[in-house]
Amino acid sequence: MSTATLDKVEAEAQASPYITVTFRIRRFNPEISDEATWQDFELEIDPKERVLDGLHKIKWDMDGTLTFRRSCAHGICGSDAMRINGRNRLACKTLIKDINPDKPITVEPIKGLTVLKDLVVDMDPFFQAYRDVMPFLITKGNEPTRERLQSAEDRARFDDTTKCILCAACTSSCPVFWNDGQYFGPAAIVNAHRFIFDSRDEGGEQRLEVLNDKDGVWRCRTTFNCTDACPRGIEVTKAIQEVKRALITRRF
Amino acid sequence: MQIHKYDTVIVGAGGAGMRAAIEATKRSRTAVLTKLYPTRSHTGAAQGGMAAALANVEDDNWEWHTFDTIKGGDYLVDQDAAEILAKEAIDAVLDLEKMGLPFNRTPEGRIDQRRFGGHSRNHGEAPVRRACYAADRTGHMILQTLYQNCVKEGVEFFNEFYVLDQILVEEDGVKKSAGVVAYELATGEIHVFQAKAVVYASGGTGKFFKVTSNAHTLTGDGQAAVYRRGLPLEDMEFFQFHPTGIWRMGILLTEGARGEGGILRNKDGERFMEKYAPVMKDLASRDVVSRAIYTEIREGRGCGPEGDHVYLDLTHLPPEQLDAKLPDITEFARTYLGIEPYTDPIPIQPTAHYAMGGIPTNVEGEVLSDNTTVVPGLYAAGEVACVSVHGANRLGTNSLLDINVFGRRAGIAAAEYSADHDYAELPEAPAQFVVDQVERLRASTGNERVAQLRKELQETMDANVMVFRTEQTIKTAVEKIGELRARYRNVSVQDKGKRFNTDLLEAIELGNLLDLAEVMAVSALARKESRGGHYREDYPNRDDVNFMRHTMAYREVGADGAESIRLDYKPVVQTRYQPMERKY
Ligand SMILES: Cc1cc2nc3c(=O)[nH]c(=O)nc-3n(C[C@H](O)[C@H](O)[C@H](O)COP(=O)(O)OP(=O)(O)OC[C@H]3O[C@@H](n4cnc5c(N)ncnc54)[C@H](O)[C@@H]3O)c2cc1C
Ligand code: SF4
Ligand code: FES
Repeated sequence: MSTATLDKVEAEAQASPYITVTFRIRRFNPEISDEATWQDFELEIDPKERVLDGLHKIKWDMDGTLTFRRSCAHGICGSDAMRINGRNRLACKTLIKDINPDKPITVEPIKGLTVLKDLVVDMDPFFQAYRDVMPFLITKGNEPTRERLQSAEDRARFDDTTKCILCAACTSSCPVFWNDGQYFGPAAIVNAHRFIFDSRDEGGEQRLEVLNDKDGVWRCRTTFNCTDACPRGIEVTKAIQEVKRALITRRF
Repeated sequence: MQIHKYDTVIVGAGGAGMRAAIEATKRSRTAVLTKLYPTRSHTGAAQGGMAAALANVEDDNWEWHTFDTIKGGDYLVDQDAAEILAKEAIDAVLDLEKMGLPFNRTPEGRIDQRRFGGHSRNHGEAPVRRACYAADRTGHMILQTLYQNCVKEGVEFFNEFYVLDQILVEEDGVKKSAGVVAYELATGEIHVFQAKAVVYASGGTGKFFKVTSNAHTLTGDGQAAVYRRGLPLEDMEFFQFHPTGIWRMGILLTEGARGEGGILRNKDGERFMEKYAPVMKDLASRDVVSRAIYTEIREGRGCGPEGDHVYLDLTHLPPEQLDAKLPDITEFARTYLGIEPYTDPIPIQPTAHYAMGGIPTNVEGEVLSDNTTVVPGLYAAGEVACVSVHGANRLGTNSLLDINVFGRRAGIAAAEYSADHDYAELPEAPAQFVVDQVERLRASTGNERVAQLRKELQETMDANVMVFRTEQTIKTAVEKIGELRARYRNVSVQDKGKRFNTDLLEAIELGNLLDLAEVMAVSALARKESRGGHYREDYPNRDDVNFMRHTMAYREVGADGAESIRLDYKPVVQTRYQPMERKY
């Protein structure tokens, strides 16, 4: 084992070199004003902490009205997608040191969904699009008594898209979605992919019909924003391309 | 204020809540109230696996699983419940597979299984491969699969609704559930849900500790709501400290890492678990491993400049194995520690993980108002409940199992109850408690801050009622919690608005944590023995003569309004297994 790197990590952790950073946050509270404004907060933080830790420091020690969603704090629940320095990320998975703390760190709500307060957006249209693609296993005939068999290769075929945590980072980074909220958006297509390419599923045709719709996959212009935004490292654009191909060849 | 009427109301949309909802929706008009969007629930954080003696990869059977569960729980497990858990495990896993869960597969295409702490072949002979898994995101896949099936069944959700009170009424001298009161985050509006049956599935309460694997939102709201209404809480002193949390952050690194061959090492590189558990070694049960880690640290063999952690070493495992079986946790090490697990061991320390105790229920999920009496129309399942299948220490992979088996049972029982019962009549002003609570906090000009009190609470809990406890440390905690509860009356919030007032809800959640922390500490003080997750240095042995019994804690309010906790005890159900010394 390379004790050198470890010693470094541990020594750094020990030194806890607090730095001063500025969080520049997009504030909006319709109970107070119809206008959104930028507000700066200056705080002391260890650069190895998360942007979420910074937001908590502000909420807990400076301004309790700052509002955002969060739960797990380690990138697994999908609550805290936001635009950080102009890019969609999870606040709990973004370390201060990785986003240039020398300049003000801008934090805004994700785009394309209605802002309800500060960093909180209306997620209902996003989940509606997800529900519209029939995101559940569809099978015909009798259920087997034991498990359905599936080879490791067949299982691997859709592994990538099972990782989705429905954070909306992809959908809300998509220029097509910004211009037209009717577009299903990448996340819904990712979740359709998860079933279309599952060897146990028999609902592929139905689902592909839904995606063939005018608001379906053909709206995708392959800008790759979604793939860059996905905090789970899912190859979102590739999944969309595979769905497009399946629509043409009807093979999946 | 709005009033809604449903046959069945389920509080919480984690694994237990959604498993219940799938059953209840088929049988009755059901609403699920959840403070988080369902897919944000902490079940999604579970990594390692779900136990079931499928025997897909080696010999196994449910009787061995029952025994391991009872032994793992240090014999405080109700044995009838453990037997149901282990027996129904097999169908619970197969049901999930049929619902679409993408388990990892064996070369023959069956559900693959791996080793996990405390699960053994033939009553402790050797580790057995019993954990069914989907890489290291089994909980994520369970949560997604259950949500997908809720979508399929058309389950009705009220998202971002916080249940803040349980409505209990008395009819003919019997305490009954009449519904719940909820607060809608988006609008600040208060809603009354009248229901024939209510199922609590609101999860754990780990946030009263500082170093914890639990989400910010795991604040024991369900436990607190029923406790405040005079119902007991069972075995609250038993909390599980998982051996491998990321140093200082508490983020969990699944036991599956050791199941795959990972090894714990101290600063000398020694595989210290060999000393403490010669047979099961790194896969001994969690309480044993957590104490071993702290013993190493206390005796000066901890790692790092302050000697305050040990290593989880995966460096001898092939990178392909780590990528295929443990992709998420290796990524956590990279993201949060800047460490490459292929080549570097990962600094870890025990992290507060799981509440064994909770709302007492029988095996149908019916909530008890004392040792035997059922509260008609009230159910609980999952981490919020205490059946008790986990006793003094839960085995890894038995909770994902618990939420499926008992979530299903509670959902069916609740819907069947609502099918042939009428609504209990709502009391006058059913929402009064919540209305007052919210108004008081909004109006308060007190000088105490929520974040400060919570921090002090977490610090005292970590310092005094964690892996090692003594009369002295627990008393320190009780005193401190008392002080914090007094100061809590003076707490104020800055956000006075109606919309998405998370400032206000954090204050309410803190109130719940304070109540439950006190119950935990008081229950721990009275248990003068060591058993499972509850380790008293001043009473290092298990004492079956005096303490082979469940703690039942009740909130009492005196004539002068003074609150206190009354402790009572409940016998353990023993069927075929006699208590033995626990060795791994
Ligand atoms: C990191 C981690 C890893 C784990 N790994 C494993 C594992 O590998 N195997 C295993 O068996 N177990 C594991 N566990 C334990 C297991 O995951 C949990 O015990 C289990 O998922 C709890 O499920 P639940 O449905 O009871 O609660 P949760 O999934 O926590 O759900 C609680 C629900 O209640 C709702 N809620 C809470 N309060 C309120 C309120 N006031 N009003 C309305 N709704 C409310 C929430 O919105 C949420 O939907 C792990 C736990 C953690 C933390
Ligand atoms: S595909 Fe990635 S970015 Fe999109 S919702 Fe899923 S996890 Fe989030
Ligand atoms: S808080 Fe759960 S993903 Fe960030």
